[in-house]
Amino acid sequence: MSISTSIWVWIAALLTLMIYSFLYKENPFYRLAEHIFMGLSIGYSVVILWYNYILPRIYEPLFFPPHQWSLIFPILIGMMTFGIFSEKYNWLIKYPLAVYVAGYAGVQIPLQLQTMILRQAEASFLTPDKFTSLFSSFNALLIFAGLVTTLIYFYFSAKREHGLGGASQVGIIFIMIAFGAAFGYTVMARISLLIGRMQFLLQDWLGIM
Amino acid sequence: MFIRRTLPILIAFCIGFAMLIQYFIPHPYSERFYDIVVQQWFITIYAFMFIFAYRSFFSHHIRKVKRRKTGYIFSIIAIASALLMAVGGFATRRGDFFDSLYNYLYAPLQATMFSLLAFFIASAAFRAFRARNVQATLLLVTAVIVMIGRVPLGDYLWRGMPDLIEWIMTVPSMAAMRGIRIGVGLGAVATAMKIILGVERTYMGGT
Repeated sequence: MSISTSIWVWIAALLTLMIYSFLYKENPFYRLAEHIFMGLSIGYSVVILWYNYILPRIYEPLFFPPHQWSLIFPILIGMMTFGIFSEKYNWLIKYPLAVYVAGYAGVQIPLQLQTMILRQAEASFLTPDKFTSLFSSFNALLIFAGLVTTLIYFYFSAKREHGLGGASQVGIIFIMIAFGAAFGYTVMARISLLIGRMQFLLQDWLGIM
Repeated sequence: MFIRRTLPILIAFCIGFAMLIQYFIPHPYSERFYDIVVQQWFITIYAFMFIFAYRSFFSHHIRKVKRRKTGYIFSIIAIASALLMAVGGFATRRGDFFDSLYNYLYAPLQATMFSLLAFFIASAAFRAFRARNVQATLLLVTAVIVMIGRVPLGDYLWRGMPDLIEWIMTVPSMAAMRGIRIGVGLGAVATAMKIILGVERTYMGGT
């Protein structure tokens, strides 16, 4: 193994080191890499937007047969977004926002009810099939108790008395376990990214691994 | 005043309500309506919404360059990078040059940026994870178990570690997550209702 001779690998390695220089303190090298990243993100989104959305879903269906003339309405509504460039007509942007945000809200209500509320509650119900063994019964009861006490912890419309205080204290135990697990997972994900970058520097760039 | 303020709210109510009730109407027309609005209208308008982001990015950086503000050179670099990626993508029709820009510039920068968080999480954890009470101790113990158990070290230290982590994730952690999800779902439904009924208008500029 030897040091890389590819200009692209050198650029990637130098940019990686520039970002890591932030660990010492904020410096011009970090800011340079940060602004390159920002610009590239915008440029990338322009290309992806064009090739993944505008070309296949707007341009081609409208200008090539069979023409989907119904696209003219959302295009006209979408074009109102250009009102943002005019002080006189910037109120036009309310129309695409109204259609998109309110329409999306309407779609989300049954979806949220179905997936985030009913399915979650349904999965926690104590049904006979969950009591097949001592361990599964214990788990089912624990999940039910955890769900109820967590909900009680987030219930702020009543004073924490007559058992509510105790139940919310139990709820916070479950919440802390969940947050701890989520934190552990996040750390491991970031560490794996760090390992990936170190592998790139030592293996692909320097060739010492 | 009607066109500028009231009509957008009326349209929001109509489209929101229509999208809500179509879910409960199992008829081909209703399904077709859903397909047209979600597959065509939303995606088309979504594409135009990027104008907000591009305008914000370019106006911010161009203003900085025009006024020669501190660090304006970085704004020039940001604009140049955006143009390089965009022109590279269009000129080569997402060809090799665009792929190289993605693989050797964009992807490494993104991964490094996110990996940087590993260091900050470690320092934050050091301060936050002092076992001052039962709750903080639980958070600390669970996080440590999950972190150790997800690498070969966990299995090496104790054979039952992977099973313990599986149990933590599928029983106590899931119980709390379900409670949180139900709360999030109720909040989302309430916010969506406020948007449709015109109570929540901040997304239109607060009028």
